[in-house]
Amino acid sequence: MSRFSYHHFTVLPGLLLAGFMCLLYSGLSAAGHLDIRIAYFTQLKKPPPPLSNLDPFIANKGIQGARLAIRDNNTTGQFTDQKFHLHEVEAAIDADVTVAFRKLLADGYQLIVVNLDSEKFNQVAGMPEAKQALLFDIATRDDALRQTSCFSNALHLLPSRAMRADALAQYMLKKRWQDWFLVIGPDEKDRLFAAAVKRSAKRFGMKIVAEKTWQHTHDARRTAQSDVPVFTQGVDYDVLVVADEAGLFGEYLSYRTWKPRPVIGTQGLVATSWHRTHEQWGAVQIQNRFKKQAGRWMEEEDYSAYLAVRSIGEAATRSHANDSAAIRKYIFSSAFTLQGYKGRPLTYRPWNGQLRQPVLLAAPRSIVGVAPLEGFLHPRNELDSLGFDQPETTCE
Amino acid sequence: MKMNYCLKCLLTLVLCSAAARAETVFVTLEKDNALAVVDPVTGKLLQTVSIGQRPRGIALSRDNRYLYVATSDDDSIEIIDAETYDRVGRLPSGEDPETFALDPAGKLLFVSNEDDNLMSVVDVDEKKLIKTIPVGVEPEGIAVSPDNKWIVSASETTNMIHWIASESLEITDNTLVDPRPRAAAFTADSKQLWVTSEIAGTLLILDVESRQISKRIFFQVPGLTPDRIQPVGVVIDRERRWGYVALGPANRVAVIDANTLEVEKYLLVGQRVWNLAFSPDQTRLYTTNGVSNDISIIDVKEHKVTKSLKVGRFPWGVVARP
Repeated sequence: MSRFSYHHFTVLPGLLLAGFMCLLYSGLSAAGHLDIRIAYFTQLKKPPPPLSNLDPFIANKGIQGARLAIRDNNTTGQFTDQKFHLHEVEAAIDADVTVAFRKLLADGYQLIVVNLDSEKFNQVAGMPEAKQALLFDIATRDDALRQTSCFSNALHLLPSRAMRADALAQYMLKKRWQDWFLVIGPDEKDRLFAAAVKRSAKRFGMKIVAEKTWQHTHDARRTAQSDVPVFTQGVDYDVLVVADEAGLFGEYLSYRTWKPRPVIGTQGLVATSWHRTHEQWGAVQIQNRFKKQAGRWMEEEDYSAYLAVRSIGEAATRSHANDSAAIRKYIFSSAFTLQGYKGRPLTYRPWNGQLRQPVLLAAPRSIVGVAPLEGFLHPRNELDSLGFDQPETTCE
Repeated sequence: MKMNYCLKCLLTLVLCSAAARAETVFVTLEKDNALAVVDPVTGKLLQTVSIGQRPRGIALSRDNRYLYVATSDDDSIEIIDAETYDRVGRLPSGEDPETFALDPAGKLLFVSNEDDNLMSVVDVDEKKLIKTIPVGVEPEGIAVSPDNKWIVSASETTNMIHWIASESLEITDNTLVDPRPRAAAFTADSKQLWVTSEIAGTLLILDVESRQISKRIFFQVPGLTPDRIQPVGVVIDRERRWGYVALGPANRVAVIDANTLEVEKYLLVGQRVWNLAFSPDQTRLYTTNGVSNDISIIDVKEHKVTKSLKVGRFPWGVVARP
């Protein structure tokens, strides 16, 4: 098949006596030695106010996944005579990220894993100097970035809010939980997730029977035990859908509602790209390798950074290239498939750079389902039943 | 006369049952920590034998006396008496053994250690680990060529076949293959290596002499999107007439004409079919169907599924003993 490009490999039997070290210089060396320089760019984050001591604040989400992938790439690289380098840059908390980012570009980095919030991602991706670079966004879930900004130099690794809401909606449809009570936090991000939930409700023919905003006050009389029943009283619904991305109140809804109803959304049953309870499709292997390296469970940003660096590795190995144009071209070609421990080949949507991937539906201690659920069909790729599909895209 | 008739009946019965037990199929049950013992002729589950934790890969010693079973969570390979089903010993295997292969003499056993990116070489008689060979990320499928020249190891995340020369036990060549290679099998003449790629959904035919891909076979099943076709286990008959590929969640075994290298047909079996094994006379093919908890028995001459049989939770590996 001509759409695949494979290279001829040479045997160098004489070189192999020294064993393992020798492999660095032999094997698939027809194309010569290649260095692939990847940058990881992030900004130091302020720890949020702690709600409980259960889950410690993780300051280095993301980078550990990139480091693991660099190791994997280099294990492969010793057979292909390719060396992958990871250059880590961390901007200060209040720094203007464009300054550090501009320097990174000036230093010649073109393949950049970016761990920034959506506002700052917009700033760096839109810089004229970044036009030729390929940015792997591992931290945003913004639909606007994928539907209106439409940066042609950006790939988005995390599932968007729309993909998450669709994954949950598929499950609720399957369970016939058709009447939703939507609870929205006061934050802008909560509003964005609620918008995605409303879009999914419409898409899957579900009904939002009530919608309320949760207010944070300092009233000492308000406790979860007293407040949640009153808050959820007087509505007839099947399921409580919560939009609380920062996790400020959602955990307190389960078991406290007026009627006995399941909680789903940002708490309760959640839609996520990775979860510590996930172990199918070889996931146990990467969970073990990650824990050994990082001393903690893999988070979504780590998984995304892992896939970003592995995407570069896969493209570089197959295309024998290290520049952003060739890597981008290979990633969007039909030959590219990435294995991501979720049972289906992962690819990128050409219309908005979003990584196509199954979305896990996770309870705190078990995987409840993996979307797309069985029966949700699509003419080309069932993974496109999640999020903005090609006919719905507003990108050009 | 009557007596004679009865005697005949009895004799027939004895002969039949003897013939029936001429073959025993063993299936590892990953989630039951057990081994299912099956009579494939009558299609009956005879016994379930408890063994170590998370049993996966299974093989028979060359003299057919022992079974080797990788008990992954115990980090060992158990040696089980194939007659009494007693555990008679253990082989060192390195961490988390999953699949392994024996050399033609049955003296050396090659094991993939998925978490450590290693292949372990074990001396079966001495029960000793004699070498570890660094390979790519997440090595899985292993095969030894029948002419004993090559051992190949497939790395799932590196997407490579590593060619290890039997003489030196060193990697002397690597072939980049399609994403997530799972299993590899040599043809009986050692001229071809068949490699399945789970994520690309392909079967690659590699020419052993050049160690390059000579043909890529795609699978298409009406009503299934390509991403559900995830080839895993592969076997080729001794005459190199037919090859068979287990297609995972496509719930089918593909029959491949080994001469033309075209797909002949698809046989519907149980859910998430992974591993395959022939009967010793190669008239039957057994499949392990991990999700539907059963095995399917295929009549090789007719290319028909004749029976499916519940065996236990997550059947993984299968081997038939004459």
